[in-house]
Amino acid sequence: MAKVFIKGNEAVVKGALLAGCKAYYGYPITPASEIAEGAALYFQPAGSTFLQAESEIGAINMVYGAASVGIRVMTASSSPGISLKMEGISYAAGSELPCVIVDISRGGPGLGNIAPEQGDYNQIVKGGGHGNYQLIVLAPNCAQEMCDLTMLAFELADKYRNPVVVLADGFIGQMMEPVEFPEPVTEFPAKPWAAGGTPETYKNLITSIDLDPDDLERHINHLYAKYAEVEANEIRYEEYHSEDADLVCVAFGVVSRILQSAIDMARAEGKKVGMLRPITLWPFPEKKLSELAAQGKQFLVVELNKGQMVHDVRLAVKHSVPVGSYGRVGGNVPTLKELYEQILVHLEGV
Amino acid sequence: MKETIFRKPASFYDTYERKGGANPDVTHYCPGCGHGILHKLIAEAMDDFDINKKTILISPVGCSVFAYYYFDCSNIQAAHGRAPAVATGAKRANPNSVLISYQGDGDLAGIGGNEILQAANRGENISVFFVNNAIYGMTGGQMAPTTLVGQRTTTCPRGRSPENEGFPLKMCELISTLGAPVYVERVALTDAKHIMKARKAVRKALQAQLDGKGFAFVEALSACPTGWKVPADQANRWIEEMMEPVFPLGVYKDETAERAERQPVHVELSAEELVKALAIPTGEEKPSFERGKSWLRNPEIKVAGFGGQGVLLLGVSLAQAAMKAGYHTTWLPSYGPEMRGGTANCHVRISEERIGSPVVQESDVLIAFNGPSIEKFAHLVKPGGLILYDSSLVDGAIERSDVTVYGIPFTKTAEETLGNVRTANFIAMGAFIVTSGGLLDEAVVKSILPLVIKRKNMIEINERAIGEGMRLAREAMGTG
Repeated sequence: MAKVFIKGNEAVVKGALLAGCKAYYGYPITPASEIAEGAALYFQPAGSTFLQAESEIGAINMVYGAASVGIRVMTASSSPGISLKMEGISYAAGSELPCVIVDISRGGPGLGNIAPEQGDYNQIVKGGGHGNYQLIVLAPNCAQEMCDLTMLAFELADKYRNPVVVLADGFIGQMMEPVEFPEPVTEFPAKPWAAGGTPETYKNLITSIDLDPDDLERHINHLYAKYAEVEANEIRYEEYHSEDADLVCVAFGVVSRILQSAIDMARAEGKKVGMLRPITLWPFPEKKLSELAAQGKQFLVVELNKGQMVHDVRLAVKHSVPVGSYGRVGGNVPTLKELYEQILVHLEGV
Repeated sequence: MKETIFRKPASFYDTYERKGGANPDVTHYCPGCGHGILHKLIAEAMDDFDINKKTILISPVGCSVFAYYYFDCSNIQAAHGRAPAVATGAKRANPNSVLISYQGDGDLAGIGGNEILQAANRGENISVFFVNNAIYGMTGGQMAPTTLVGQRTTTCPRGRSPENEGFPLKMCELISTLGAPVYVERVALTDAKHIMKARKAVRKALQAQLDGKGFAFVEALSACPTGWKVPADQANRWIEEMMEPVFPLGVYKDETAERAERQPVHVELSAEELVKALAIPTGEEKPSFERGKSWLRNPEIKVAGFGGQGVLLLGVSLAQAAMKAGYHTTWLPSYGPEMRGGTANCHVRISEERIGSPVVQESDVLIAFNGPSIEKFAHLVKPGGLILYDSSLVDGAIERSDVTVYGIPFTKTAEETLGNVRTANFIAMGAFIVTSGGLLDEAVVKSILPLVIKRKNMIEINERAIGEGMRLAREAMGTG
C-alpha cells in the first residue's frame, strides 16, 4: 500500500487493527496517551472495542478477560502505568494468555518525568511482576517498526500463548515517518483452549493457580520449555557495519538511531565501528554477541538508563572482552556529538 | 407413586475432578458455609435457563477461588478484586455469553472496590453475586470491609473499632446510588424462606443479563462458622441478629421492567473496508519529483517559533512533501527539556539515504518565527547553511557571516496581503522552496496541502501564501 506519513504511536494503533486486534483497554498517561486517543478514534469504526478503563489495573484485567475468551486484545501505557499493570501481566503469563502491551517508557523512578528513558528495561525484560515468567519483548526504532512489531507482537502472542511487550520511548512514539502499512491479517490461529462461553469451549478453564507444588512446578517447567522454544526461534536483531568493526555498539530504540548517525560520522573518518541492535530484547541475541566477541570485537552499550541491558551483553560475552557502558537518564537523550565522542573514547581501548 | 430423584444440578460437574484429592464428590467449603448454597442456586438457574454452555464464570480470590471446581461452564480465575474488570473484557469479547462474576467481601468491597464500582457504573451487562460473610475466610479470619463494629477477627482482635477501622461498607446501598445498575438486591442464605428469596434474586439477575438490560448485583449474607468461631447450627442466628440490622435485606433498585435492552453494536468489516476505516491510502504512488537539484544535500532543518504560529505544521508539511518526492524523512516535535523557554520547535530531516538520528542539533536550515528562536538556534546553524526568519517579528541583525540569511515578513504579509495571520507558515514554506534551490518543488508541496490542512476552505489561501512566499524570496534574493 502507499506510504503514509504518520506518528509512531498512531502506527501502533493502525498496525494493531490490521493484525485483527478486537479490543483496546487503556488508561491515559503521557507520553502514551496518543495510542489511547488513536484507539478511541479508530477501534470502534473498525468493529473493535475501545474502552477507557478506570485504572491501569482495570485495563490489564480487562485485557486478561478478553484474552481468556480468545480475541486479540491490547493495552498501552507508560512506565508508572506499566508498574501498576505488573500484577495482571504476571497473571496473564501464568495463565498463558496472549495479549499485547505497549510501553512508551518515560523517566523514573516514581513520577519521574515525561521525557524518554529506557529505565523500564529491567522491569519489562526481567519481569516486574511476581513469579517465574518471561515476556517476549520487541523494541522498535522507527514508525514503520511501531506498526510491524505491533503486528508481530500479536502473532507471537498467539503462537506462544504469552504476553508480548512492545517497548518504545517517547521519541519513537512522537516521531513522524513514512510508513507502508501491510495488508490486513485475515487468517488467525484457532484457540481451542479459550474459555469463550461457547459450546466448543465451555469445558475450558483459564487459571494461574496450582495449589500442589508438584503441579505448579510442572506448569512452570512447561512455561520454560516454551520460553526455550521462543529463544530458539524468535531472536531478531539488526547489524549495522558490525562485520569489520573493532567496536560494536549495542543499543535499542531512539539511541540506536542516534548511534547510527554517530557511526556514520566515525566511519567517514575511517574508524571501524558498527552496531548490533537487538529488536527482540527478549529473547536476547546472546549467541550473536558471543560470536562477535569471539572475533575479538569490543562493545559499547548505550542506553537511556544507568546500565541495565549492559549486564545482558556482559553475560552474553561471558566477560571475555571489555564491554563499555554509557547512559543518560532523566529524559536526557545523548547528542550525536556526544555519542561520536564516546565512540572515540572507547575505540582508544581497542 | 411418583419417585423424586434428588441430584446435583447438571450445571455442576458430577465429580469434581479439578478438586481431586480423597473426596472429589464434595466441595472444599466448610460445614455451614453459605457458598455451597449460593453455588447451587446459580447452577440450578443455569440448568433452567439452559445456559451452561454459554456461561463464563469468574472465580475470585477468596474461599470461592475454586468455584471452577464445580461449575460445568467456561471458567476464568481472576486476580484478587479484579473479577469485574476481567468480566468486562470477557463479556465484551463475547456479548452472547452469560457472564457471572462471583466475589467475596474482601475481594469485592476491599481490594476490588474500584473495579466493582466502575463496572457497575458502566452498566456492564453482567451478573455479580457477592457473598458477604463479614470476614476473610480463606486467609483465616481477618477483618473484612464488611466486618461489623465490635466483631473480633485476627486483625481486629479487640473488635472492629470505627475510630481505627471505620464502619462496615454497605455495597448494595452504594451501588444502588449509581445510574447504570438495573437491579440490586440483598438476600440472606439462612432458612428455607430466605433461600427461596435468594433463588428468585439469582434468577432475576441472570434474566436481566439475558434480556440485555445491564448490570445486576445480588449480595448474599452468608455464614462463615469457621471464621466467626460460631457453631454451624447457630450461624444463621448470627446472620439474623448481628448482620441483618447492619445490612438490611431487600431490593435496593429494580428497573428491569422499564429499562430498554442494550443492543451490542457489532460491526464486521472486510479487509478492504478495514483499510478504508483506517484511512490508509491504497495503490502505489511513484515519486513524481526529480531529486538533487538543490544546493542542499540531505538537510537537517529546524523550524521554531511561538506556539500557535503553525511551526509544527510547517515541519510536518516539509516532511510530508519530502516523502512524496521520494526522500527519506523524519519529523520530531520539540520534546522534553527543550520545551522550556517559550519556543515551539520541530526537527525535520530530509535525506536521500536512510536516516539515523531524527534529532537536529546543528541544522543546515533554520526557519525562525520569533526572536527567542533566533537566540536559541541561529548559532547552531552549520556554516554554509540557511536561515529564514520572520522580519516582521525579529528585531536586529543576525550576527552570522558564514550562512545565508533572509529576513522575510511572514507575519506582516500574512496579515496584510492575505488577510489571515495563520498563513505565515506557508509563506515561509514558499520562501523555503525558492531559497533551498528546489529541494522540494512547488507542485509537490501544494499537492500535500489537503493532507495537512484539516479545514478544506483554508487550502486555497495557503496555496496563495506559498506563491507569495516564493515571490518575496525571489525579491530578497534579487532574482525577482
